[in-house]
Amino acid sequence: MTATEIGAPVRRKEDFRFITGKGQYTDDINRPGQSYAYFVRSPHAHATIKSIDATAARAVPGVLAVLTGDDLAADKVGGLICGWMIHNKDGSPMKAGAHPALAQGKVRYVGDHVAVVVAEDYATARDAAEKVVVDYGVLPAVVDMNEAVTGKTVIHDVAPDNRVYDWSLGDKAATDAAFAKAKHVTKLHIVNNRLVPNAMEPRAAVGDYDSGTEQFTLYTTSQNPHVARLVLSAFIGIAPEHKLRVIAPDVGGGFGSKIFIYAEETVCVWAAKKVGRPVKWTADRTEAFLSDAHGRDHVTDAELAMDEKGRILALRVKTKANLGAYLSTFSSSVPTYLYAPLLSGQYDIPAIYCEVDGIYTTTAPVDAYRGAGRPEATFVVERIVEVAARELGQDPTAFRRRNFVRKFPHQTPVIMMYDAGDYSASLDKALEMADYRNFGKRKRESARKGKLRGIGFSAYIEACGIAPSAAVGSLGAGVGLWESAEIRVNPVGTVEVLTGSHSHGQGHETTFAQLVSARLGVPIDQVSVVHGDTDKVQFGMGTYGSRSGAVGMSAISKALDKVVAKGKKVAAYVLEASADDIEFKDGRFQVAGTDKSLAFGEVALQAYIAHKFSGQELEPGLKEGAFYDPTNFTFPAGVHICELEIDPETGVTTIERWTAVDDFGHVINPMIVEGQVHGGIAQGVGQALLEGARYDANGQLVTASYMDYAMPRADDLPSFQVGTTVTPCPSNPLGIKGCGEAGAIAAPPAVINAITDALGHEDIAMPATPQAVWKACQKAARKMAAE
Amino acid sequence: MASVSMTVNGKSVTGNVDPRTLLVQFLRENLRLTGTHVGCDTSQCGACVVHVDGRAVKSCTTLAVSCDGAHVTTIEGLANGTELHPMQAAFREHHGLQCGFCTPGMIMTAVDMVNRKGSNLDEHTIREELEGNICRCTGYHNIVKAVAAGAQAMASTGQKVAAE
Ligand code: FES
Ligand code: FES
Repeated sequence: MTATEIGAPVRRKEDFRFITGKGQYTDDINRPGQSYAYFVRSPHAHATIKSIDATAARAVPGVLAVLTGDDLAADKVGGLICGWMIHNKDGSPMKAGAHPALAQGKVRYVGDHVAVVVAEDYATARDAAEKVVVDYGVLPAVVDMNEAVTGKTVIHDVAPDNRVYDWSLGDKAATDAAFAKAKHVTKLHIVNNRLVPNAMEPRAAVGDYDSGTEQFTLYTTSQNPHVARLVLSAFIGIAPEHKLRVIAPDVGGGFGSKIFIYAEETVCVWAAKKVGRPVKWTADRTEAFLSDAHGRDHVTDAELAMDEKGRILALRVKTKANLGAYLSTFSSSVPTYLYAPLLSGQYDIPAIYCEVDGIYTTTAPVDAYRGAGRPEATFVVERIVEVAARELGQDPTAFRRRNFVRKFPHQTPVIMMYDAGDYSASLDKALEMADYRNFGKRKRESARKGKLRGIGFSAYIEACGIAPSAAVGSLGAGVGLWESAEIRVNPVGTVEVLTGSHSHGQGHETTFAQLVSARLGVPIDQVSVVHGDTDKVQFGMGTYGSRSGAVGMSAISKALDKVVAKGKKVAAYVLEASADDIEFKDGRFQVAGTDKSLAFGEVALQAYIAHKFSGQELEPGLKEGAFYDPTNFTFPAGVHICELEIDPETGVTTIERWTAVDDFGHVINPMIVEGQVHGGIAQGVGQALLEGARYDANGQLVTASYMDYAMPRADDLPSFQVGTTVTPCPSNPLGIKGCGEAGAIAAPPAVINAITDALGHEDIAMPATPQAVWKACQKAARKMAAE
Repeated sequence: MASVSMTVNGKSVTGNVDPRTLLVQFLRENLRLTGTHVGCDTSQCGACVVHVDGRAVKSCTTLAVSCDGAHVTTIEGLANGTELHPMQAAFREHHGLQCGFCTPGMIMTAVDMVNRKGSNLDEHTIREELEGNICRCTGYHNIVKAVAAGAQAMASTGQKVAAE
């Protein structure tokens, strides 16, 4: 293996700037003459705005402008949009209320944007914001979903019962019939706790306007700058696309929360023209808690039907999904098409029926967070199979194995066609690595110390790539989910790769260069990856849904094919041979069966000097682009095993071992892939043990800082044992499946299955904090005493 | 306004600042040393850690004027020219960073940890000592490896914190 070939753990090219403090994040960008924005936010969960008096704020020296929703309306700036149309059971469209970037007449959650103060410096803007007097007519908050659907308090007039949609997937009659003949039914009530994504870099934006060229530029913390430009142009109407440049420079983590087009960036770019100065905004952490799109927040009742042997016959699921006060960019799709199609898990389930109610509440919008719908589905499936196995007195691994899908392709009853996998192989390897055989011994040792030891499994599947475009279009997506790439070969043979994917920690500058280097035989340090700027990259769909490997790199691969084909033509002229006789191998174009050859760099130079062919025969230059639209989703799958110990005296849970075996198909850079798994597990453990966003009955977010919202820290986590199995993905040229979300999807049920195994009962909700676990231990002790 | 002078990464600097200016604001905005980051407003995340007179401090919780006369080292001052500090090199070698946002604070904390606790750091100690630094990307697994390796490398190169 060469040091940089595909499959090698190449150290990251991007790291030098980050470890020396030279990264360029949005807040590090300063434009000449820049001013600063501070948002006046609603202190109420729900209120009418009777009046806004900004006289005193405007009088503060240094204040340049105070702008409100009326100013937006006067400038005909459109509202924020939700880009995925969901239809109700009766075929009617979902009910989407208007979402202005600055409130117009009403606020709907604490933190909703009421006005913006633009001033010479941040402190002045912040101080002046205190002087904006807003007269609110306070309305009741609606935090609880069951209360919301009574319609006693209406959040958006278009949705009188606060229901955005009632949607279903699957065959109800077939599912009911299967339940009717079931020998055993397992039932479970599940709360999937609300999370705040908390990328460490808070959201930020710098809007700039050049009145000479009428050109807008927006620097923003985005995972998908082209989609941001499209939405800001076509829907919000800031400027036509050719007059709006969106740059997402180094971005400090996203996890979904930076996919969406938010009020603040919209206002900054619009206000830049209004005040005639660049306008910068950077969220503080409390603003991030209040106004970043949150994740999860489902309440579900699930039932699993089995025959006498423990073969699964059917799954019935009813979910209420909290969508918050407004529909964020992709929020409608998360509890529907990104959720229910995964309910078959790794199992051959003949019938599935799922109903989902999407519900408005007076809380922050809820949208995709690492995994988006798939962690929620996996939690349902992996909790209920574990409980079913326990109820039937079967080993949970044997129960799973009995029900695994074995033949591929496999059509589930909920849309998905699984293309490849070997679920038993991952389970076998994971059991071996986890030393499952000796778990009983370890449990007894723990018991001797007065500790409760448990083991929990999670055999997850996810669907990545979120494509092909025609398929997602038929399900209601407003965009196509292909990816683009362009390979620019310079005359000296160095290469620039322009990609529509966006890296915010995933290491694309390394893995993409690794692919190009391997294919063209160019040293990796002569390949640079360009992304995140709509003026440089023509178009792209961005990075989310673990799609940059499977879709983004496939586009690069397709463009590379074209570069090689063109290179062969150039080489044929120079070597005086037929292009059909030219072979490209190890960085050389060679006439087959001869020793006549040219290095890649020589061909690049010949392509540009164009002395050996006429422009009528062949265009000069060496630059090729490709758009790649996959033929299917990809289906990474694996098994995670969590082994933990509970101290019943304190309720403290300590994770003793974590084993992850994942099948991601082919892997370009195992070091980076393992890092993605580690990070995902940490977020999943965070959900299971620590994190939970809580609103009180008045709609105040009581967990709006790191003092109140428990982020996973180094001493909350163990080191992880990570392994892989490989079944190549048949639906893309590289055989890649995607790895970004696996850990976050797999981890929560593994943890809760382990805790409930330790406790001996199922009554624990996430986050399983020490207090919650301690209470559950008391219940376990009472149960034991009674038995 | 208040005047403040200090030595930052070996250079003396002065500034005229609003007395409420935080050290991190002074570094980022007055000196344009944007390697030091702000990740929270409650002194929890450690993205802002720099060294003041050889000790790690959270620059988001330190007034610039309180550092008058101090020697400050930021992430930009850790490498010796193009030669990386061993802790920086260890973070790259062990993939101790993904988005890189927490990284400057992590590295400054790690160097301080070695200065206080020595270079033989076990996993438990490293994890406890990283309590004040949050990373959302890495799950800490590789950060822990990087800190242990960086600590060893610091010992073998006889290095204490650079550019004090
Ligand atoms: S910014 Fe200083 S601790 Fe978070
Ligand atoms: S590397 Fe992204 S927060 Fe640590």
